[in-house]
Amino acid sequence: MVQTRYAPDRGLQARMGLTMFLLGVVFVAFVVALVFILAAFKVGAGAIIFFAVLLGGGLTFGSLFWSDKIALRASGAQEVSPEEAPKLHGIVDRLCALADMPKPRVAIAQADMPNAFATGRNSKNAVLCVTTGLMRRLDDKELEGVIAHEMSHVAHKDVVVMTIASFLGIVAGLLVRFAFYGELFGGGGRGGGNNNNNNGGALPILLIVMVVSVVVYAISFLLIRLLSRYRELAADRAGALLTGQPSALASALQKVSGAMSAIPTRDLREAQALNAFYFAPALKPDTVSLSTVFSTHPSLERRLQQLSEISAQLGR
Amino acid sequence: MGFLDTLLGRTKPVQPKLDALFSLPTAAVTLQASMGFAPTGTGSVCFRAAEGRAFHDIESDVRELLSMGTDATRVEVSNDTYGFTWLVCRHSSEDMESLVTDLHAVNTSLQDGGFGPQLLCTLVGFTDPRGRKLGIVYLYKRGTFYPFAPATGERRDNALELEARGNIGSDLPIEADLSRWFPVWGAPGL
Repeated sequence: MVQTRYAPDRGLQARMGLTMFLLGVVFVAFVVALVFILAAFKVGAGAIIFFAVLLGGGLTFGSLFWSDKIALRASGAQEVSPEEAPKLHGIVDRLCALADMPKPRVAIAQADMPNAFATGRNSKNAVLCVTTGLMRRLDDKELEGVIAHEMSHVAHKDVVVMTIASFLGIVAGLLVRFAFYGELFGGGGRGGGNNNNNNGGALPILLIVMVVSVVVYAISFLLIRLLSRYRELAADRAGALLTGQPSALASALQKVSGAMSAIPTRDLREAQALNAFYFAPALKPDTVSLSTVFSTHPSLERRLQQLSEISAQLGR
Repeated sequence: MGFLDTLLGRTKPVQPKLDALFSLPTAAVTLQASMGFAPTGTGSVCFRAAEGRAFHDIESDVRELLSMGTDATRVEVSNDTYGFTWLVCRHSSEDMESLVTDLHAVNTSLQDGGFGPQLLCTLVGFTDPRGRKLGIVYLYKRGTFYPFAPATGERRDNALELEARGNIGSDLPIEADLSRWFPVWGAPGL
């Protein structure tokens, strides 16, 4: 049996695995550093760290457990029945049958910005939401491509993976804040005769905890963004293979990013006088700039490149 | 999906299960005997065409293969509004066996060409003397069947569907999850 048409991207998987491994390393290093700091000073900033972990864990758990409700509330989206949006439900129905997935709930947000998201901690609680702006701008094939991309996020359990990955960042961020306030109030309270035995060491400990947390926060932030970009590429890939139409997804991406204007619509002969200008918005070379390192989504060029590779793979 | 698949964000395209299709003729006999629904002789295979030359070649091979067969076989191709392709095969209403064989030929051609994951469903039409319509839909990825009875407008005759489930439940593996009984409005061959 021929199976090679749907070959997985091993390179992408390896990079994703490495990123998660590095996040784990940073996490372990963070814990070790905190333990060392506490042991070295033999005094308690322990309470602060304990609270940061507890609160961070609570926030992570909460956002994981109520992700569907939070996202729907934040975007102002309304769940729709098959009677209200037959077309949308029809597309989702067919994709679910193709992918052998349980059907997510379907919602529509009244917004002009063309966008879509899927959320929920597992495929039973998943909600798929598209904006009215997206439905207006895209034709059916493109809309199907976008929905397949979002359903791949559900299948890959990206909400769970990304929430757990951001736990580290949340805890580090909280520790920075706590240490900062602790220092502020610890410093103020000292003059007031508060002669607890941790006062002597509190200032340097909190300072060190803060510095370590800032470093950890920065590194984990970059790693999480990197992981997010890899997950997006994986969802693009799975979505394109599910529909068998990578070019429809590519065209949707271009429309959504407003890059459609880069492709000239005027006839070449007619536009000859202006010909030189059409090369001006040529795609930038694939450089690692600051904006690519910080963004949650891969660059449009990177995504289009992957999709055209898949298209070639399917056509062989 | 295993733990590693989740971790690495990969999904394997689901391969279709084909063999259960051959239990359709038995179910057709049961439907006729217990509910008075006779096969219309029409069946269709629904798949999502992939872009590119490879799929196009396979698709035209399939069409050629089916139209070259016995003169009773008539093949039509239609595209629905969702971008899915339906290959409709027509036989005489008694000849359920040949219809299923034809449908199976489409499946195997696509699967042998490496496009098994593109298969969505197969639908075989039934009708009763009162003019009610009933489709038996086979979900390739689940390997299960479910009845689909369109009523007037975009409504489903759920009572009829459940009655059919009760009758053919012993002949066919019926999809247990009712939320996966998705409607196929306007499906050719129904």
